Amino acid sequence: MGKLLVIFFGGVLLNNFILSRFLGICPFIGISQRVETAAGMSAAVIFVMALASVVTWFFQHMFLIPLGLEYLQTICFILIIATLVQLVEMVIQKTSPPLYQALGIYLPLITTNCAVLGVTLLNVTENYNLLEAAVNGVAGASGFAVAILLFAAIRERMELSEIPESLKGFPIALITAGLMSMAFLGFAGFRLEALFGVM
Amino acid sequence: MAVIKAVLVLGLSGALFGGILALASQKFHVERDPREDEIAQLLPGANCGACGFPGCSGCAAAIVAGDASINACPVMDSECAARIAALMGVESGADTEKKVARVFCQGADDKCPPRYVYDGLRSCKAAHRLAGGGKSCVYGCLGLGSCVDACMFDAIHMGPDGLPVVDEAKCTSCGLCVAACPRGIIQLVPISQQVTVLCTSRARGAEVRKTCKIGCIGCGICVKACPQQAITMEDNLAVIDPEKCDACGICVEKCPTKCIVMRDSVPIVAKSAC
Repeated sequence: MGKLLVIFFGGVLLNNFILSRFLGICPFIGISQRVETAAGMSAAVIFVMALASVVTWFFQHMFLIPLGLEYLQTICFILIIATLVQLVEMVIQKTSPPLYQALGIYLPLITTNCAVLGVTLLNVTENYNLLEAAVNGVAGASGFAVAILLFAAIRERMELSEIPESLKGFPIALITAGLMSMAFLGFAGFRLEALFGVM
Repeated sequence: MAVIKAVLVLGLSGALFGGILALASQKFHVERDPREDEIAQLLPGANCGACGFPGCSGCAAAIVAGDASINACPVMDSECAARIAALMGVESGADTEKKVARVFCQGADDKCPPRYVYDGLRSCKAAHRLAGGGKSCVYGCLGLGSCVDACMFDAIHMGPDGLPVVDEAKCTSCGLCVAACPRGIIQLVPISQQVTVLCTSRARGAEVRKTCKIGCIGCGICVKACPQQAITMEDNLAVIDPEKCDACGICVEKCPTKCIVMRDSVPIVAKSAC
């Protein structure tokens, strides 16, 4: 249990996907104008990252490791994630139109997202078991959600502020993202292992 | 040997995944009415949300499903409505007259001076919440341009006197500016309405006189002067019934504060959105 908590809080705060690992920057900048759309995107990312972690874990341990083809994991995982997202999109379009309305437009955007691929590859390098991999997927996506929601709220507020003409739009957004990243560096001093009693 | 194994595994898994997706796309195929796309083509495509559905495709789906009326879209013109009606096999409703947004306030800073210097967010909503805004009239236009930001059709701009001006040729009566104004100063009126009381103040006459030089003081002179009996007083504010008004202009002349205005420009017909 302790180790799962370490993985979770580590993923959300210490190794935040966007602000510390710098993965998934394109949706972070692209889909953060409004808090609502950022929330939709976060939900889709949590869903896909958890699912991708589990499915790629099985693929890794059932095919790649027995066949000695670990070096193919990157290309295989891309294939799996793209298939998975397309499949999920079709299934929810058929079975749950309201969910499709909420998540549908965001799902194709994350088929080849580096954050999703990143979490699955990290699961392999960290040698996580199935449960740990799933928790790591949810944690990474929750970290993404925290970062993009905070950022979207700041950007909504900035839209109404008086900003020098040359900094309006993306320049000020990039400066803000940099400042947020520095703020998140403050979490790097946490010793989660000691906090949750895992050494 | 290792190369062959890698190619086999990758090729097979690729084929397998492709097969799964092909099967799934058949199994989970969602029937779509072809009319949906055609109607979406006819709609203006601005995705303004004025119809109450998520974007133009949402509106098209609702029209096909029967959840929305044929002329659910307030932005499109009657020609588009007729073509959509033909697609759906029904008569389109009576030609609804085009409406335009009009700004019901003339209290520029020289006529309605500020109460305090507002230096907050450039948003009318924020200013309105700060003790009723910086204008001395609590009904008056705050002039921060939230309506200009809300307009998706570039039809509303801030005039030289700090009040928004509607470009009636571009206005589509989508109502986004109406919703954006925290004071309800912008309203949709039929484009043919010539005479309007450009004030929303419901304050008593003496109060209006103190705060604004061009507000309606509720004196009732226009009510008595109107030969058509088209004007009534509602809460210290003159209201013109566009049905009865024949644009004779007597009230415009008689109004002591000049808050009744005759629109001088000829209506400009906007280009078809189809």
